[in-house]
Amino acid sequence: MEHLLPEKFEDYAEGRKKGFLKMKKVKDEGKNVVGYFCTFAPLEIFDAGGILSVSLCGMSDETIADAETELPKNLCPLIKSSYGFALTEKCPYTYFADMIIGESTCDGKKKMYERLGKLKDVYMMQIPQGIDRPYAKPLMANEIKLLVKKTEEKFGVKITDDDLRKAAVKRNEYRRACLELMELQHAVPAPVPSVQLYKFLDSIKFNFDLESAIQSVHELVAKIKEENATNPDEKRILVTGCPIGGVLDKVVGSIEKNNGRVVCFENCSGIKPMRCFVDTENPDIYDAFADAYLKIGCAVMSPNIHRFENIPNLVREFKAEGVLDVTLQGCHPYMIESRALQEKCNEINVPYMNLETDYSHSDDGQIDTRIAAFLETI
Amino acid sequence: MYYLGIDMGSTSTKVIVLNENKEIHYKKVVPTGWNCLDTANGILEELKNNGIERDDFKCVATGYGRISVPYMDKTITEISCHGKGACYLFNEKNFTVIDIGGQDTKVIEIENGAVKNFNMNDKCSAGTGKFLEIMANTLGVDINSLCELARSSKNHISISSMCTVFAESEVVSLIGRGTSKEDIAYGVVDSITNKVRGQMGKITGTNNVVRLTGGLCEIPFILDSLSEKLGTEVKSDPLGRYAGALGASLFACNIK
Repeated sequence: MEHLLPEKFEDYAEGRKKGFLKMKKVKDEGKNVVGYFCTFAPLEIFDAGGILSVSLCGMSDETIADAETELPKNLCPLIKSSYGFALTEKCPYTYFADMIIGESTCDGKKKMYERLGKLKDVYMMQIPQGIDRPYAKPLMANEIKLLVKKTEEKFGVKITDDDLRKAAVKRNEYRRACLELMELQHAVPAPVPSVQLYKFLDSIKFNFDLESAIQSVHELVAKIKEENATNPDEKRILVTGCPIGGVLDKVVGSIEKNNGRVVCFENCSGIKPMRCFVDTENPDIYDAFADAYLKIGCAVMSPNIHRFENIPNLVREFKAEGVLDVTLQGCHPYMIESRALQEKCNEINVPYMNLETDYSHSDDGQIDTRIAAFLETI
Repeated sequence: MYYLGIDMGSTSTKVIVLNENKEIHYKKVVPTGWNCLDTANGILEELKNNGIERDDFKCVATGYGRISVPYMDKTITEISCHGKGACYLFNEKNFTVIDIGGQDTKVIEIENGAVKNFNMNDKCSAGTGKFLEIMANTLGVDINSLCELARSSKNHISISSMCTVFAESEVVSLIGRGTSKEDIAYGVVDSITNKVRGQMGKITGTNNVVRLTGGLCEIPFILDSLSEKLGTEVKSDPLGRYAGALGASLFACNIK
C-alpha cells in the first residue's frame, strides 16, 4: 500500500525530506509503527508483535509557536514541541505512526494527549504513581495486559507470553550494551565526551533493528576504549532532571566548554531506565514487566523512592563531584522535587545546582555563566 | 606589577587596580554602553594616562561582558569574583552576599571564604536593578528619589506583576487611579526585596550575616527593606558596587 506524504512536503528542508521518505518506505513495505513518549512504555510488546516503536518527544523550539495556538504558553517546552510537531506534520515519526501511546505521567502530558487524540490514534496507558501501594504493581501489570490486547486488535497480530519473554531477553541485552557504554565513565578521567554520549543514546532509539542497535553500541565502546581521549583536569558531573535532548548543546555543551565532563546522565535517555531489567525467569511475565517499569525514578511518582535511592549511589559509583539538576520551565514535578534533591545532596555533601531553562536561546549567556560558576565552586 | 579587575556588567563597568601590596591604587565606574570592546579599550587608554601600560598588569575580567575584554589574561564568573571581593571588603568568612545588578540578582552563600552555593534570578528582569530603573522612569524620578519616596509611603501597596513590562502597566494604572507616588514607590521596592527573599530561600544555608553589593547597595531604604524581610540587619560598604571588580583583581594576583 502506498502512503501519502504531508501536503507541505515540498517545502521541507533536505534532512527532513529524507526522514519522511525513509519512514514512507518503511510504511510502504507494510510495517506498522507505534509512537511513544516515555520510558514507561513497555517496548517489548511491540518487539514481540513485530511492530516498530519510535520515541516522539519534541526536542526543538521550531514548532512551539504553532503549539501555542492551542496549548497554554506556560507549559513545558517538551509537551509544546511534541504537540507542535504533530500539528504541523513536521515529524516523520509522528506523521507515520499508526498508533501513539500516551503514558499518564505528568498532568501536562496527559491533557496534551487528549488533544493529540484529535489528530492521531492515541491510546492512553495509565501508569500508577503511588508506587508504595500494594496495588501499584498489579495495576501496572493489568495496564500492560490491556496494551497487549489493544496492540493485537489494532494490528491483527497475536502476542503470546513466550513472544514477550523472548522480546524481554533481547531488550535486556540492549540495556546491558547501553550500560556497558555508560559505565565506561567509571574511569578517572572519564573517556566518553559528554555531548557525544548523550547524542548517541538519544539517536540509537531511532534504530529500528534492535540487533544492529546493540552492535553499534558495542562498536562505540570499542572505539572509545581505543581512543581513550581523556582530560584529567575535568570536573566530574552527574546530570539529572527532565529529558534534556532539547537543551543538550546549551547545557551539556557549556559543561564541556567550561572544563567539565558528564560522568553520568541520570535522565530518561541516560541510566534511569537502563537498569530496570525485566526478570525473564519470572513465571508471570506481566508481573516481571510491572516490576521493572515501576522502578523508573520519574518525578511524577509520589513518593519518588527510586530517584532518591539511586542518585546518592550513582554519585558514589561514578565519583561525581557535582550534581546538576536540569529542569524545563513549566515542569512542576521536577521543579518542586529539586528542593528535596538539593537537601539530599547537602546531606551527602556533594555540590548541587538547579538550572531552569527551556528550548529557546534567550538564556544561553546566563546558563553558561551559571554552569561556569558552578564548576568554579567545585 | 599591578592587578587589574574589570567587572563588565549589563549597565556599568567597574574597574579596580591593586598595587603589589593588594591596596586599591585606582578605581572607576563607567557606563558599559552598547559596545563592550570600545568600553574595554577606553579603560586601557585611561590606565595609560595614569601611567599604567599593558605590560605593567595582570588582568581578570568578569561580568557578562567578560569575554569582550581583549587584553584580559583570564575570565572568571561574577559569582566567584563577587564572593572573593565581598570576603575582602567585609572581612567575613561565613556570610551571604546579595548582589542586585542591572540584569541579574545573585545570592551567594560563602563558607570559609569560598562560594558554597548561589542562586541567580530566572531569565527575566523581575527583582533586578533594571526593574527599578524602568519603574523610576515611569514615575518620572531617579532611582535614589524613588527609594526615598518609598520610605514615606502611608498605605503600603503591592505590585503583583513579576514581569517588568506588565508591572509597568500596573504602575500606570495605579497612577491613573490616583495612588500616591510614595505608595507606588513602596510597592516597587517591596516587589524587589520580596523577590530577593524568595531567592534567599532557595539557598538552604542559615546565615545571619548578610551583605549587599551591586549598584543599589548605597541606597538606605533598600537596605532597610531587605533587613526587614530577612529578619537580620543587612549591611553594605561604600565600595560595595566594586565587589566583583575587586574579586577579579584579587584573582589577578594569582596569575603567574
